[in-house]
Amino acid sequence: MLRVENLSKTFHMHVGEEKSIPCLDSVSLSIEPGSMLAVIGPSGAGKSSLLKCIYGTYLPSSGHIYYNAKNGDVYDLANASLQDMRAFRASEIGYVSQFFHAIPRIAALDILSEPLINRGASASAARARAGDLMGMVGLPESLWGMYPSTFSGGEKQRLNIIYGIITKPRLLLLDEPTASLDPVSKASVLELIKELKSEGSAILGVFHDYASMQLVADYSYHIVTKKLEAVA
Amino acid sequence: MDESYNFAFLDEGSKREIRRAIIKAISLPGYQVPFGSRELPIGRGWGTGGLQVTLSIIGPEDTLKVIDQGSDDSVNAISIKKFISLTTGVGITEDSEEATLIQSRHRIPEIPLTDSQVLVLQVPTPEPLRGVERSLGAARQLHADKEYSSAWLMLYEQIMRYGRITLGADYPVLVDGRYVMAPSPIPRYDTLKLHNAECLYLFGAGREKMIYAVPPYTSVEPLDFEDYEFDIEDMGDRTCRLCGATGVYFDEMFDPQTGERHYQCSDTGFCSKNAQRGHTHEPGINSK
Amino acid sequence: MNQALTVNDLTVRYGNGCSYCRDISNPLDKNRCPHCKSVWAVRNISFELYPSEILGIVGESGSGKTTLLRSLYFDIPATSGAAYLSGYSDGLVDIMGVSSQQKRIIRNSLLGMVYQNPTQGLLMDYSSSGNVAQKLIAAGSRNVGSMQDRANELLEHMQIPLGRVKEPPKQFSGGMQQRVQISKAIANNPPVLLLDEVTTGLDLSVQAKVLDLIRSVQKKLNIAIIIVSHDLAVIRMLSDRTIVMLDGGIVEHGLTDQIMEDPQHWFTQTLVHSLI
Repeated sequence: MLRVENLSKTFHMHVGEEKSIPCLDSVSLSIEPGSMLAVIGPSGAGKSSLLKCIYGTYLPSSGHIYYNAKNGDVYDLANASLQDMRAFRASEIGYVSQFFHAIPRIAALDILSEPLINRGASASAARARAGDLMGMVGLPESLWGMYPSTFSGGEKQRLNIIYGIITKPRLLLLDEPTASLDPVSKASVLELIKELKSEGSAILGVFHDYASMQLVADYSYHIVTKKLEAVA
Repeated sequence: MDESYNFAFLDEGSKREIRRAIIKAISLPGYQVPFGSRELPIGRGWGTGGLQVTLSIIGPEDTLKVIDQGSDDSVNAISIKKFISLTTGVGITEDSEEATLIQSRHRIPEIPLTDSQVLVLQVPTPEPLRGVERSLGAARQLHADKEYSSAWLMLYEQIMRYGRITLGADYPVLVDGRYVMAPSPIPRYDTLKLHNAECLYLFGAGREKMIYAVPPYTSVEPLDFEDYEFDIEDMGDRTCRLCGATGVYFDEMFDPQTGERHYQCSDTGFCSKNAQRGHTHEPGINSK
Repeated sequence: MNQALTVNDLTVRYGNGCSYCRDISNPLDKNRCPHCKSVWAVRNISFELYPSEILGIVGESGSGKTTLLRSLYFDIPATSGAAYLSGYSDGLVDIMGVSSQQKRIIRNSLLGMVYQNPTQGLLMDYSSSGNVAQKLIAAGSRNVGSMQDRANELLEHMQIPLGRVKEPPKQFSGGMQQRVQISKAIANNPPVLLLDEVTTGLDLSVQAKVLDLIRSVQKKLNIAIIIVSHDLAVIRMLSDRTIVMLDGGIVEHGLTDQIMEDPQHWFTQTLVHSLI
């Protein structure tokens, strides 16, 4: 479903002095539907940047990101039009970041049900599904009507994950999904990831938590050594 | 007639310019035509617009009637009549059926005018959109674009505040389906007389320097809403204490000593004629 | 045409220009020609707006972003260039070239505009209900009852208490005036809504309320919105795509998160790094 070819990224800063900051160097990998590839490596090596380049938050400097879209065509995300990217983000490619960027002053349940409503679901069905998922990851009903800005880090992270997977994206990009979670929540989240994988989604995840990664990933790719290995 | 002035006081060049403005106004019913308003021995705000129109079109064979709020006897009507008479020598009458040319402030005579008559109305403020658009230049652009939402807005606002349209005079009308016009402060009662009339209506605003017209058989529709329609004042069963007429527009007299109210025809010419005939006369169409 | 709005080479110039500055490859001193001193407030701007999206235009004062919006709404005449609305002749006719009567019709039914200063978009002495009704009247409505109902519906959605709709906006706070302005702008369900610095100058809590209402309006009506602001936080919160303007031209254009996290142009980088 996704094939990254020689992807490189260098930041060119024009503020202050002119600086070039290399970030990614010739990354190549591919992911099949229904499988998960974990990106591993030391901090600062560009793992999150790889995800952002695929999602369009960063503009790649060179290389290609071939994506098999739902309509059967292959798009190079490194050169896709803005409208195509918007369309993919709306219905095919999901992204769970480390940080919670929610729109303020909307209740958690409403934030989560929104993507489903945008796809045509009824408000009640969407909220029901959002509620189910929240329950699965251990977010109590008392929090459902509250503004996420009041949540703890772990609670926010769980919201992030649900938001990313609730529409069952074909391609899911996960950036440290289990970072701030307690063991119970962690296990629930991994279950959700496995479920998504079994339904045919391709998943690319960045994990620091080696143990968690081993429970869900099929392959790992080391960002520095560029070594691709199967996970036992 | 005083021979030291040109016939009808104005020089022929001025009359020609004003007549050109009048012709343009007749060709564009309801459209305000700017003109060079001349100095007259009457101050601005006292009828100089109407007067310039009258002076430009009057001829030696005309018979003139001048009224102010319906009365032939008011000071202003008399002054204007004297002035025109002095400078033209034309015949003067109080009978609206005899007159060929009638200059009026704020009223249209009760007896419907015919196709051999011209009514000239004095206009204080010709711009119907002035309540919403203070800039005259911007208002002219609105007229050009047929953007009249602000005229209806003024009426909507009255309905919001008072539950009905409270505008009593100078009621905005749509002329020939194109221009919204201020018909001068004639009462609502008179507004319907403009529609499909036989006579020619001319409007002159001297201070504001505009002339406009409603030619005969032109549609003139008061602005209103589907659920708040235009209606005229209800005269009920009032009768004139002088001539006994009913169904006409009345002036109301209040006697502070006895506390009594009396009604009298606003149109004094009509009233005396009616009294002479000795019977109540239904003057004409007064409903929609 | 599937874009809601297409703008091609739109230019607003004060002054006649000269052979130097009329060649768009020649640089100007900010937005002023060094030879003839003509000011190119908007210089050959082209972009598209898609249905149901929010496009942010960010830039500093003098960037031309407000002039651009005003020229789209016909407040300021464009010097050259074209614009096409899918709602007007299916995007086949350049709206910059139509008669002033047609432009009125477009302003009444196809475009909504909310100004930074409420006195420009509202009649301050008329009731709030009347302000909204004026837009409905301009689109042809002649029924007071239905206009009042519709005005109440819109004002209520903007959280104006029904007991106050008969009051004139001059008695309202700034945030409330903006909410009346938004109600008026969307009264005829235009497919495109233009917002010009609508929260600038408002208190932060008030700003938040207005922005939330804009978002809810967009979701409910599926309207395409162009929001102009110098405030990156506002743009980030509302818009899917962002255009960065400098001295009358577009210097960068991309998805909002990309503009914020991976700005390419030096000016965009300066803006983003100026966030406190």
